[in-house]
Amino acid sequence: MTTRYTKDHEYIRLEGDAGTVGISDYAQQQLGDVVFVELPSVGKTLAKGDEAAVVESVKAASEVYSPVSGEVVEVNSALEETPGTVNEDPAGRGWFLKIRVTNPGELDGLMTEEQYQEFVKSIS
Amino acid sequence: MAEPVRADEPLLQTPLHAEHVALGARMVPFAGYDMPVQYPSGILTEHNWTREHAGLFDVSHMGQAFLVAEDKSHETAARAIEALIPADVVNLKPNQQRYSQLLSDEGGILDDLMVTRVGAPGHEGWLYLVVNASMKEADYAHIEARLPAGVSLRRKDDLGLMALQGPSATAVLARKAPQVSDLPFMMSADVQIDGIWCHVSRSGYTGEDGFEISCNGKDAPTLWKALLADPEVKPIGLGARDSLRLEAGLCLYGHDIDTTTSPIEAGLIWSIQKRRREEGGFPGASRIQQEIKDGPARVRVGLKPEGRAPAREGTVITTPDGREVGIVTSGGFGPTVNGPVAMGYVSRDVSAVGTDLHLMVRGKPLPAKVAAMPFAPHRYKR
Repeated sequence: MTTRYTKDHEYIRLEGDAGTVGISDYAQQQLGDVVFVELPSVGKTLAKGDEAAVVESVKAASEVYSPVSGEVVEVNSALEETPGTVNEDPAGRGWFLKIRVTNPGELDGLMTEEQYQEFVKSIS
Repeated sequence: MAEPVRADEPLLQTPLHAEHVALGARMVPFAGYDMPVQYPSGILTEHNWTREHAGLFDVSHMGQAFLVAEDKSHETAARAIEALIPADVVNLKPNQQRYSQLLSDEGGILDDLMVTRVGAPGHEGWLYLVVNASMKEADYAHIEARLPAGVSLRRKDDLGLMALQGPSATAVLARKAPQVSDLPFMMSADVQIDGIWCHVSRSGYTGEDGFEISCNGKDAPTLWKALLADPEVKPIGLGARDSLRLEAGLCLYGHDIDTTTSPIEAGLIWSIQKRRREEGGFPGASRIQQEIKDGPARVRVGLKPEGRAPAREGTVITTPDGREVGIVTSGGFGPTVNGPVAMGYVSRDVSAVGTDLHLMVRGKPLPAKVAAMPFAPHRYKR
């Protein structure tokens, strides 16, 4: 299982040709209490960098961008009722959507876990 | 995920800055100050704690000043400020406080403020003003340029100011100063707390019972720590301050009120006492008296979105058939309501409570209803 990160603090965890997308622990800490999540429709085609979802804290709304190009194959509808799961377990139950990756080469441009942790250190 | 904006200009600090840092607060630039937006427990917890117990807020960034009449006459000082605001100040009792607005000649709101007739012995002819942090320089310049001879403005940048808000606030403060229990809403008193001189008023901006406490800046950290030592009290940041005042239906300057809005459009007619409505004599009086008589073209209303998506400031408001009728000026998640709440300005013909409207959130119409404010009931001590 491979996890890659964007500079915008999304992660994608690959399982076969599909990837699970969410936001990093650093991102949920920066956001604070998440009170609303808007998810895309299943079947939607996203290009790398497209707005995939919206996450709202008490303070503000933020976009979640798709780390890679592909088709949305599943969304975590449970977040609509319990958005706080994003804070409690961002890497697990707080996932946003699953995407079928159309161009695996795009993953090469993303950060590994180690590179991402270095990146977070450099900006905090 | 977008990066938070970071300001590069040097930020001012309140006398409690080191306390916030020691408590692990997340500090953000606000009105030129480095201020706590939240402490480690987070905005939702802080909001709910204030509604259920007592929250302590640092509001030392706000501007505190005195208006002083040389002839030691309350009427002289009151008439001087009445030329700039629509509240009845002449008839304030000693230690009584009123909410009002500095008005432009067009009847727009330059800032909102609190005015208190100082009641301490030897201070006849003194008014105590509290203005918004972001507007204080402009306010002071505006006031000073318009004062008559014999009345002067004395800014008190060396004072600290904190707010203790919530159902436990009275019990907490009364353990240190028993006389505050009997203080009515919008009245003030000078008290000693642990040997520190404080000016305490029964007021606040959360919709809860509580107090605003002014003291010398050098004493502020001691007082802050003494109040936080009570298990009923937790520190509350600007994030929860905003969600609390939004649920209470209270205006935030620069968002819900500004130079383009009149006090009548903003629903603040209650802050203009009968004598002033009739006599006028404040900036923009002709417009404001006209709006009182005929009703304004647009009014500030509460909005309750259906579902869970918040509608933020700047959201366009339409009728269900798509006619644009207004804009959201504050909106977000209300933890006590446990759902989204907003306020904004709409045409008067669609302002009745219960009217169906649409909020255009990310290009999609979100159904909402005009709602009575406050969203969370006020619990002031009357």
